Amino acid sequence: MSFLEVKDLYKSFGKTEVLKGVDFTLEKGEVLSILGSSGGGKTTLLRCLNFLEFAEKGTISINGKVIFDGSEKRTLKDEEIRQNRLHFGLVFQSFNLFPQYNVLQNITLAPTLLKRGSVEQIEENARKLIEKVGLLDKIDNYPCQLSGGQQQRVAIARALALNPDILCFDEPTSALDPELTGEVLKVIKSLKSNDTTMIIVTHEMEFAKNVSDKVIFMADGVIEEMGTPAQVFDNPQSLKTRQFLNKSLEEI
Amino acid sequence: MSFLEITVFLANGFIISLIIFAVTLLIGVPLGLPIAFCSMSKFAPIRAISKTFVWIIRGIPLMLQIFIIYYVPGLLFGNPIFSQIDRYIISNFTIPNQGLSHLIFTNAGSLCAVLIAFSLNYACYFSEIYRGGIESISQGQYEAGYVLGLTKSQVFKKIVLKQVVKRIVPPMSNEIITLIKDTALANCIMLPEIIKQAKELAATQALIWPLFYTGVFYLIFVGVLTILFGRIEKKLNYFKS
Repeated sequence: MSFLEVKDLYKSFGKTEVLKGVDFTLEKGEVLSILGSSGGGKTTLLRCLNFLEFAEKGTISINGKVIFDGSEKRTLKDEEIRQNRLHFGLVFQSFNLFPQYNVLQNITLAPTLLKRGSVEQIEENARKLIEKVGLLDKIDNYPCQLSGGQQQRVAIARALALNPDILCFDEPTSALDPELTGEVLKVIKSLKSNDTTMIIVTHEMEFAKNVSDKVIFMADGVIEEMGTPAQVFDNPQSLKTRQFLNKSLEEI
Repeated sequence: MSFLEITVFLANGFIISLIIFAVTLLIGVPLGLPIAFCSMSKFAPIRAISKTFVWIIRGIPLMLQIFIIYYVPGLLFGNPIFSQIDRYIISNFTIPNQGLSHLIFTNAGSLCAVLIAFSLNYACYFSEIYRGGIESISQGQYEAGYVLGLTKSQVFKKIVLKQVVKRIVPPMSNEIITLIKDTALANCIMLPEIIKQAKELAATQALIWPLFYTGVFYLIFVGVLTILFGRIEKKLNYFKS
């Protein structure tokens, strides 16, 4: 039994089928990178895991417990959705920090509202996380005073503050200039440990190769190829994967 | 009449204007919120009712709405409630001979009608400002709150609301400045607000200049409002949304 099991996930928007049967498993402490061209269903998959979209078919289970079952006809109650969401954390492409709160407040807001401990505990934990992402000197700043890379690092700390089982990144560096990309990737890499499980949707091939335990290549709503970085990058089996990798390595 | 007496006479009228202003805000500002939510409802019939209501209220001149609220209960249902309020007060209270309390006691009925008309009218305008503000907040802000396990009401109160407030301060201050000047419409049913008081002086004392003098009252008040809203805007300037 794997830590995360996703079985046969289907999702369509109107007549457009975006996910056409996605299966994969992930073990605790593993880092999974999802690659693929735009429109392949990568972001939709992450949104389904985070209950921002609801798949029509398929199941999602964590530690053997089914937290989502598309065949169940009844609609989930808000409270259940909220509890299930907490298994996952999500870092957005566009950061989505709360502009009216400073760095510390952005991180303490959710733990405080969810009553995850005393005010002092929550704040102490938040400080540790801010130190981890290297922004202690910006703790009182507001998002509009930070660079994109700094904002994304705050967003990572914000997601970590709730201790999710699995932390998801939706193209975390796509909205950043190249020189800011590095600082965010460095932080993500530093999170890799035995008990941090991560799913990263990314276009940064080198990064995916270095940091992942497992790589998935998605195209047209299905998993074209799945394996270790060595298998997928150095010895891809599917034609689509080869084409995609060649394109992304092409010199312009 | 001396200048001072005329000023006091007009000031009494302006206090009536300010009463209309204050009560309209007190009722209209909160009432606009449920109307805005109904206009954004996912349930089509509620949305339709709300939008039709807003269309009617915004589509008819406020002066006509005052007439409708004041006269229709009597004309249509044989129940002229607002003149009954006047009669009730005259027969149950000792009315002072002059001054502000005299004005209020002898015009309680039409004051009520004006307050109802203004509150409904401004609630609809406010609701559209709220709706625009709420809909301008990016979906990402909601989603960021949801993935952190917050409830819908926590997301609205703790994340969205302040951003909405920041965005609606400029259009709201515009509308509120319009409101104080709109109170002059109340003289269409003889409510002695400041313009009506000035016309009274023109009729009884053959003085026309007090009519122009009323502008000073409005100007001073609008000046105070402008400073106040400027402060609020500045206070919310610490973040960009």
